[in-house]
Amino acid sequence: MSAAASPLQKMTAGELTRRVLSKEPLFILDVRNDSDAADWQIEGEGIELINIPYFDLLEGVDAALERLPKDGDVLVVCAKEGSSKFVGGQLVEAGRSSVYYLEGGMKAWSEHLEPVLIGRLKDGGSLYQFVRIGKGCLSYMIISEGEAAVIDAVRMTDVFHRFAAEQGAVIKHTLDTHLHADHISGGRKLAEQTGGTYWLPPKDAEEVTFDYEKLEEGNVITVGNTSIEIQPVYSPGHTIGSTSFIVDNRYLLTGDILFVESIGRPDLAGKAEDWVGDLYTTLYDRYKSLPHELIVLPAHFGKITELGEGGAVFARLGDLYKHNPGLQISAEADFRRMVSENLPEHPNSYQEIRQTNMGRIDPDEERQGQMEIGPNRCAVHDK
Amino acid sequence: MSAPQKLQVDETLDCKGLSCPLPIVKTKKAMDEMNPGQVIEVQATDRGSLADIQGWAKNTGHQYLGTIEEDGVLKHYLRKSRPDEIKAEQKHPYVASNEDLQARIAAKRPITILDVREPAEYAYGCIPGANSIPLGELEQRANELNPEEEIYVVCRTGSRSDLACQLLADKGFKRVRNVTPGMSEWSGPLEQAVEK
Repeated sequence: MSAAASPLQKMTAGELTRRVLSKEPLFILDVRNDSDAADWQIEGEGIELINIPYFDLLEGVDAALERLPKDGDVLVVCAKEGSSKFVGGQLVEAGRSSVYYLEGGMKAWSEHLEPVLIGRLKDGGSLYQFVRIGKGCLSYMIISEGEAAVIDAVRMTDVFHRFAAEQGAVIKHTLDTHLHADHISGGRKLAEQTGGTYWLPPKDAEEVTFDYEKLEEGNVITVGNTSIEIQPVYSPGHTIGSTSFIVDNRYLLTGDILFVESIGRPDLAGKAEDWVGDLYTTLYDRYKSLPHELIVLPAHFGKITELGEGGAVFARLGDLYKHNPGLQISAEADFRRMVSENLPEHPNSYQEIRQTNMGRIDPDEERQGQMEIGPNRCAVHDK
Repeated sequence: MSAPQKLQVDETLDCKGLSCPLPIVKTKKAMDEMNPGQVIEVQATDRGSLADIQGWAKNTGHQYLGTIEEDGVLKHYLRKSRPDEIKAEQKHPYVASNEDLQARIAAKRPITILDVREPAEYAYGCIPGANSIPLGELEQRANELNPEEEIYVVCRTGSRSDLACQLLADKGFKRVRNVTPGMSEWSGPLEQAVEK
């Protein structure tokens, strides 16, 4: 072991995403405090993770070295990056090679978006999914003949601007399937920046402070000249206004109503009792009457195992009726009981996030990032 | 809750604008140089410092008192523990359990309670009506108390209150009782001058 240790190296959130998606083995030393680490961590099939707070390593990293594998890459992560550089530097000094720190920390991990092509549309346009891998949010961009529509945009609007520009498209429409409670919507900001139209279901928008276009069933929105159609389908349950979209007669964008391995929760606006019935009707009646060939594209994933090829998250509607645990309960009373017994904790800062999405408060960028830290917790089944 | 007055502290540490790990590194350094029992106010703007300070205090045994936010600045209050604090030998012979004291309060008979913790600890939660005289000031301020009365003396774990009882007994107080374990386990009525 006479060879000098390699210096501390930087890993970006994008590089970490590729490692997670390729299921490469990676050892992570999470140096955040116990409660933050227990709340939310980096997940992946090849990831092995231990948590030792950096403040327990101020006087030496022996306690960490003992628990690291002998060789292979080690990634040190913290909230922003300062403490991971501090601990990573000490590991290198102690002679450990192949040590990385996560650039921008868990904040950058929470904000990273990975674009994935879902499919080509009939007129030659395309549908992309933007996977926010650290937090589990999914946004969509429909591009056709130089025009683009963005659905359930997250607040990192620069990513959508850059992507649309690369594709030679102008963002004409931004749409939210519902008033989000787990993350701050970028829809309104994006529409303001591009001079586009921001669409929101009116029943979710009763308390908003800004102008918007009403998303209503029967109002078809067109992207590009040869009309990629976005057909809204009123599908309440997660919120009273929740609206799904059928795109190109092929894709069903379900928002937070139906996920791949779970279903949406009805309680984030404090009205679980009222909305669980709507959720039941949407899942067991409205959606059931739609063509089962539709490809379901949700606004979230709950578990990292829901990510398929290249990170894409989707499933055939008919398959979900066979396998999704939330769709296997035929009696409404049983459904109500299952939902109420399986509600996870609320998403962090969800009240403030709703207020922000209604335009009632306007926190700065840094505060927005802090409000969003943590998992999305929008589904009934994932804990 | 009334607006918090300025809490009395022994040290103030400015960590504004610093992000982790620096607030903890500097706090640790400052506390290494403080005397046991002293209280430090750590001013930070990094919101992550809240959970980190709490976690660090828990793991090191220092006492986290609470945090006040003022104009975007988080003020964390910590008290440096004595190494022997948790298992300190108690010498004052007359003790009362938390439950004894709680029963006395519930009976609504007149009672004198003396809280000998630091003002910052007291502000974050005390028994309603308790008199606050920090242990360090008791020598000079004992004359504020009536030596003939029965006095229940509390601190966090029963260790400082034990010293206070001995001090008062030496001064001729006849009926002082050390309340054990004290505020760390107190489940009776509580009054807060400032919220945690």
